Amino acid sequence: MHTEEDAAGPEGLVVTEKDGESEQLKAKDAVQYLHCAESLCPETWRCSCLSARSYADFTSEASFEIKKCDTHKLDEAPATQVVMTRDEGLQYYRTMQIMRRMELKADQLYKQKIIRGFCHLYDGQEACAVGIEAAINLSDHLITAYRAHGYTYTRGGTVKEIMAELTGRRGGIAKGKGGSMHMYCKHFYGGNGIVGAQVPLGAGVALACKYQGRNELCVCLYGDGAANQGQIFETYNMAALWKLPVIFICENNRYGMGTSVERAAASTDYFKRGEFIPGLRVDGMDILCVREATRFAADHCRSGKGPILMELQTYRYHGHSMSDPGVSYRTREEIQEVRSKSDPISLLKDRMLSNNMASEIDVEVRKEIEDASLFATTDPEPPLEELCNHIYHNNPTIEVRGTNPWSKLKSLS
Amino acid sequence: MAAATRFFVRGASPRLSLSSVCAGTQGSVGANLLKLSPSCVSRIKTHRRHAAHFTYQPDPVPTQYGPTQKMNLFQSVTSALDNTLASDPTAVIFGEDVAFGGVFRCTVGLRDKYGKDRVFNTPLCEQGIVGFGIGVAVAGATAIAEIQFADYIFPAFDQIVNEAAKYRYRSGNLFDCGNLTIRAPWGCVGHGSLYHSQSPEAFFAHCPGLKVVIPRGPVQAKGLLLSCISDKNPCIFFEPKILYRAAVEQVPVDAYTIPLSQAEVLQEGSDVTLLAWGTQSVVKTGRLLISHEAPVTGGFAAEISSTVQEECFLNLEAPISRVCGYDTPFPHIFEPFYIPDKWKCLEAIKKMINY
Repeated sequence: MHTEEDAAGPEGLVVTEKDGESEQLKAKDAVQYLHCAESLCPETWRCSCLSARSYADFTSEASFEIKKCDTHKLDEAPATQVVMTRDEGLQYYRTMQIMRRMELKADQLYKQKIIRGFCHLYDGQEACAVGIEAAINLSDHLITAYRAHGYTYTRGGTVKEIMAELTGRRGGIAKGKGGSMHMYCKHFYGGNGIVGAQVPLGAGVALACKYQGRNELCVCLYGDGAANQGQIFETYNMAALWKLPVIFICENNRYGMGTSVERAAASTDYFKRGEFIPGLRVDGMDILCVREATRFAADHCRSGKGPILMELQTYRYHGHSMSDPGVSYRTREEIQEVRSKSDPISLLKDRMLSNNMASEIDVEVRKEIEDASLFATTDPEPPLEELCNHIYHNNPTIEVRGTNPWSKLKSLS
Repeated sequence: MAAATRFFVRGASPRLSLSSVCAGTQGSVGANLLKLSPSCVSRIKTHRRHAAHFTYQPDPVPTQYGPTQKMNLFQSVTSALDNTLASDPTAVIFGEDVAFGGVFRCTVGLRDKYGKDRVFNTPLCEQGIVGFGIGVAVAGATAIAEIQFADYIFPAFDQIVNEAAKYRYRSGNLFDCGNLTIRAPWGCVGHGSLYHSQSPEAFFAHCPGLKVVIPRGPVQAKGLLLSCISDKNPCIFFEPKILYRAAVEQVPVDAYTIPLSQAEVLQEGSDVTLLAWGTQSVVKTGRLLISHEAPVTGGFAAEISSTVQEECFLNLEAPISRVCGYDTPFPHIFEPFYIPDKWKCLEAIKKMINY
């Protein structure tokens, strides 16, 4: 379907947005339309207000003031004056929009029972994933817990693969065998269901990085609920003792499922919980804060100083999972307040608009999400032979005992 | 197949300490297909396509325990806990999210009724929850710990197996944590995937010093849970989560106990014995079929099978049949193929009869 818009301005500029091609500016005088996610009409995905400016009028980069981070056992802190280029801004914006729309689409499909099982959505926390990725390389490593769709995307998964994994089809990123909580791709170790269990793994990955001498680091994420697990503290000790290049990141979205942080933790200063590990507390709704802090942390690790801990103060709009309405332990007013004052996509948009980096930008992500959703719904499920594949590594193939002695399936690996 | 089946199960020996329980569910559908005696016909229900792989058959109303009320499984658990908190002033209930009622509503209303010092939340730390529970129990209070899903019990495995189970033995009966009961939702639920569907009873059955109990319905659940709480040994009580809402029965309102370490005979017959727990079904004679959701290798069926053939080898007409889960992690999308449902049990029964 064609969404073509002609807008002629004083210099005779034309904007054309064909589906899926909005990012390709055909002529240097094409105009871009920037939109706040919330003002988009849900049916047509078009904004009602448009205006055109010349491409040449936009600033290519600008300097921004960001919040200072609280520090723990650190003499320096991340910079508070940062530079962002227009291209970077547009890229962050598009990525966050894709993540937001992807999560909302997953919500829709879940309610239609096309996605079943457990589904933990990431909307509201986009700045964390995008900001972290902006400060590290794809050759670095990352591991997180079960709220992983966003990270799967920033680490290189496509929306198609992610959605097909949610619906459990063979085109899914884990061949349909993992589901929402178990998505993986290169240098991204998931996607882990058991709370806190991924943190020692992250330290292990960091050890391997250090051992192999490739100047890579590992970003190891967990939530405010997991911060009370014993294995986290075991990991802090090992990482500090052996000076592992690991960035521990606590995504504090204020609620561990339905329990607010005050009711679960003796100390809610999660950035200080590493005690002997230096820490930073970062505004997780501002992508530039996250990026700057992660850059600081990455420098710290790569210079051989050992681990560092970051607490990202963020918020999730959805409940813990799709079976949690999300309003029995917090008020709708609170959610609305965060949405209106601190939404990461809006914050970035405001920054770009007020610094003349773009005027009204309409990012056409709809087609990508729709295509992915169609693929996810129509792709066939994995064949039954997959049930027993990849339990072990085995050569030659082994037989897996089944429900009866006479029913055995082959396991290829 | 117009033979009547006699249900007979040897009582499980106390050392095994497993309450084998029988569900009438598959028994009735099996009865339908095997054309069994009229006493089974009353339990036949038509097969409907459900999210669950069976239709729950309620027990007849128990009359020996006093007035009854219609309850489902989670309500019968709440009722048992209510009785306990009322009669035992040292009883405390704790776990993740139990204060508001629990993710499966098993503890609804208890905090309001008995106070926040008796029903309280713990942070997210299973090892801590069980370790803490052991301490509470050893010091003389009745501790009822909840682990949110049986799949999450593994961080606490060391505490349960090394501390709780061995306390009495290693202290020469000076100390014990018999006052500890651990409850956890258990088993497949249709969409649980790898980490919300596991059946870890075999890991704990292997450990002397523990009792592992799995009910098949609300009446059983309340009685068995009350027995676990009063039992002077640490008990793990697994609650089949798929039955929380699906299983509805008339449950006695007052406290009552059902003895542990004794199998229950559900239905008499003469050809085959089926033995199971939780959501599987039971029938036997001369031929034994054991069924459970957990993977077949090393599952508890292996232990029962081995003991039975040791003790009544010459009575066996056919090899003991085990209809269990595949030796894979609990699958995400393949769940309908994985679970040992009534069709697989039926096929196994036919093969045994024709052996």
